[in-house]
Amino acid sequence: MYHHTKLSNNSFGIFQKLRNFDYVLLACILLLGFISLTTMYSTDGGNILFHTKSHFVKLVIFTIMMLIFSFINIKFWFSIGYLSYLIVIALLIWTYFFGIKSSGSQRWMDLYFINLQPSELMKICIILCLAKYFHRMKLENVNSIYTILTSLIIIILPMGLVIVQPDLGTSLLIAISGIAVIWFAGINHKYFIYTMLGFLISLPFIISFLKPYQKLRVLTFLNPDRDPLGAGYQIIQSKIAVGSGGIFGKGFLKGTQSYLEFLPEKHTDFIFTLFSEEFGFIGSAILLIIYAIIIYRIVAIGILSRSYFAKIFCYSFGAAIFVYITINMSMVLGLLPIVGSPLPIMSYGGSSMLATMIGFGVVMSAKVHSQQAIA
Amino acid sequence: MINSPTDSVKKLNLINRRMFITGSFKFFIMIGLVSRLFFLQVKENKKYLTLSDKNRIREWKLAPVRGEITDYFGNVIAGNFEAYQLHIIPEQVEDFRYVIYRVKDLLEMTDKEFSKVLKKKNEIKPWETLIVSDNLSWKKFSKINNHLYDLNGVKPVISISRNYPFKENFTHVVGYVSQANENDIENSEIIKKNFVPGLKVGKVGLEKSFEDKLIGTNDIERYEVNAYGRRINQLEFQKGKQGKNLKLTIDTEVQKLTSELLKEKAGSICVMDIYTGSIIAMHSSPSFDPNLFVFGISQDDWQLIRNNPMKPLVNKTLQGTYSPGSTIKPIVALSALENGIINTNFTVNCRGHKHPLELYGQTYHCWKKEGHGFMNLRNAMKQSCDTYFYEVARKLGVDKLSETAKKFGLGKEVFGDLFNIEKKGLIPNTLWKKNALGQSWLLGETVITGIGQGYIQTTPIQLCLMTAQIGNGGYKIYPKIVANDDNSVSQVDKFTPLYKDSNNIKIIQDAMYASTNEVRGTSYRSRIDDLKYQFAGKTGTAQVKKITKEDRELDLKTFEIPYEERDHALYVAYGPYKNPRYALSILVEHGGNGSTTAAPMAKKLFKKIIDRDLLRKSISEKKYLEI
Repeated sequence: MYHHTKLSNNSFGIFQKLRNFDYVLLACILLLGFISLTTMYSTDGGNILFHTKSHFVKLVIFTIMMLIFSFINIKFWFSIGYLSYLIVIALLIWTYFFGIKSSGSQRWMDLYFINLQPSELMKICIILCLAKYFHRMKLENVNSIYTILTSLIIIILPMGLVIVQPDLGTSLLIAISGIAVIWFAGINHKYFIYTMLGFLISLPFIISFLKPYQKLRVLTFLNPDRDPLGAGYQIIQSKIAVGSGGIFGKGFLKGTQSYLEFLPEKHTDFIFTLFSEEFGFIGSAILLIIYAIIIYRIVAIGILSRSYFAKIFCYSFGAAIFVYITINMSMVLGLLPIVGSPLPIMSYGGSSMLATMIGFGVVMSAKVHSQQAIA
Repeated sequence: MINSPTDSVKKLNLINRRMFITGSFKFFIMIGLVSRLFFLQVKENKKYLTLSDKNRIREWKLAPVRGEITDYFGNVIAGNFEAYQLHIIPEQVEDFRYVIYRVKDLLEMTDKEFSKVLKKKNEIKPWETLIVSDNLSWKKFSKINNHLYDLNGVKPVISISRNYPFKENFTHVVGYVSQANENDIENSEIIKKNFVPGLKVGKVGLEKSFEDKLIGTNDIERYEVNAYGRRINQLEFQKGKQGKNLKLTIDTEVQKLTSELLKEKAGSICVMDIYTGSIIAMHSSPSFDPNLFVFGISQDDWQLIRNNPMKPLVNKTLQGTYSPGSTIKPIVALSALENGIINTNFTVNCRGHKHPLELYGQTYHCWKKEGHGFMNLRNAMKQSCDTYFYEVARKLGVDKLSETAKKFGLGKEVFGDLFNIEKKGLIPNTLWKKNALGQSWLLGETVITGIGQGYIQTTPIQLCLMTAQIGNGGYKIYPKIVANDDNSVSQVDKFTPLYKDSNNIKIIQDAMYASTNEVRGTSYRSRIDDLKYQFAGKTGTAQVKKITKEDRELDLKTFEIPYEERDHALYVAYGPYKNPRYALSILVEHGGNGSTTAAPMAKKLFKKIIDRDLLRKSISEKKYLEI
């Protein structure tokens, strides 16, 4: 398609860019930001305390950052694909040696003004990197051993660095992001099926390698009532909170489960529980619809994009976001064992929000520069 | 390097195909999440709502307010008073050490008490109430109140507690309350239901028997609590019901007199209405102050009560079994008359110690050394001639005697199940001896049973009932002590005659009259000539040990004999003779002679009882009007 290349050399005027901008996606993200702020306000017991303030500041900064990123040409994001991956790998190694220890794991690095969790950034950089890797690849080369091994190394390297932190949840999410890219790049679906089978067969061995607390989580998931005040406590209380919310919820700031402190981790992983308790089935459904629209817009932008890199990025990012949401909600609703995984934008946590916002920024950039071809 | 168009198209087709596959996956998973939400929040909502309420709402029970116990005239015998207490919630105190030492100084606590408080503090959660003192004097309480400015977090509290204003006067009737222990909780459903830490329940007496009525129901406070159990706010306060009040048939004035009469002595007095069976007074001496037990008795006080040789813990009226001595004679005579063994003219010659009754080598002496001479029934009762009753008993036989005695209420519990401590006593007969001891009955045992010695054992309350039923003309009555007890057993045979011939009762009544009001009567010196108060009675002197020949020759005075070997003095009587209404029984342990120790008490008692009779009747008439 040579004519595409011709068009791609056109530079876009600012008005063209503004016209191309995806306002629906922006609106949804802002709405989500607003909802997350009110929920955070509720976790602070109806006061503007630390979490609300901090969340607000991050939200503002990262939204502005995302807007700036939107207007950076998609070519730039393509060009930093490998570099960003390498930088984050370096950060992960740095964290491994000099990171801040907190509650038994070493995930954060002290940047003086912010404690950064590089593993969160890896979730997005691995997509950038692999998308770039597959961008120019011919279809017949995709299924070559060399390609598969390279992409597996790209995935397994950060996974390993995150697992040793230890942070099983994030490393799985990184893997899922990477696998999404491989899937969209067109690796033979047989490999996925074989891998799945292999995984299922080796599951018992994997479990034997799990740390005791991780085994406990699995056991607790299978039967939360085996230790209702100990390991099963979180999941039981979370289900109680969600279930007691009912159709219309207990009302804003009236979630008894949360303000009486029955809910664990209510700022972070379990924020959906609080939201669901206070706003009920209707509120939760609306939140899910907002997420659905966001994912739909991301995929739609992928469809619109001319460049293969943008397409593969959007599809993979959309799939990754979807997986984050699903895992978080399934965990909260007692469908999956407890793995630490934040709910994008809603959960308190700078690194997670930063990564998500970078992703949105790249997607926006793909939209704004949808006609941009990448050589 | 530029991909060839065909490759590019293929790649695009592939990625779009996979995008659609992924998209449909997402769709179905979304549907799954929504249905899970629907399941939890709509379908199972009730279940989780209940669980959430269970999480957040906690109940606190407060001790119920106990019903009061009053006497017949409404005087409070067991009441509630406001106890001054000192509570601290450790969490609300900034500097607990400072405050607790300050409190220690102010209350002048001993080190022992103080360490007890500190121990208690370590056992509770910091937001729970620490009761530093549960019964402060007003002086200390106001002292604390005056120093509140530097006792941050200390709470002076007024709470309801049990009080027995008449102290030891009613102990053996009412009993006392004390902190419920595990046994109390296990054995009573209602205590279990109403239990709160520090709950006081009846331990003995009516406080225990009527626990279910008196206890009342808890106040319930419902609080919203957080995950750590701290109270956040009060949702509800449910007022409990005070326990039902108990009205006794007892007259406090008479009761006080009985305890005065028995002061420094061991013994029992009970007074009964001979028609209604109402107990007017019932006292066992020595007694003790039940208030000591309410907040836990101190070790010293407890040792003092427990080691008292006069046994204050024993309720002698109900638990004490004694030989009735001569007070059984009216029953012996009545039984002989009823069975046609003797008539009023039957005469026995009592010839004194030189010529005692002899049976199979055993000798049986009358109490009077010189002998009474020729005695008929009336004279024998009047002068309490033992020889006469030996002879009557011998002719009558123990089986017939025991039948009559049991009919008149001896040998079985007077109050049924009301007091679990009550003893039956023993009215022996031939069958009993065979079953219990495996021996045959001896004639000599019949003979001494005729003067209330030997196996026969009665409680003072039984003697009182016996006398009452003679006094009322021989009709069955059921003693009662609680005026408003609607659960009492049906008394179908109330007022059924206990005699075959009412004349026989009259003969006995006349003989008892003679014993008190005629010269040579054993209680002649205690008589009251005024018809209004005049009473008829029978003395008794129960031997504690067998009188040996040497004893008889020594003929010691009571005060010359060691305390434990002295006779029990007994007296039973009813009055006023012309229009009888009340019966009483008096027992003084080791009091010596019935006529010198016990009978004079009856004189004082009858004065009091009959003086208060009108007042009592006015109350009972009022009561009937209300119905």
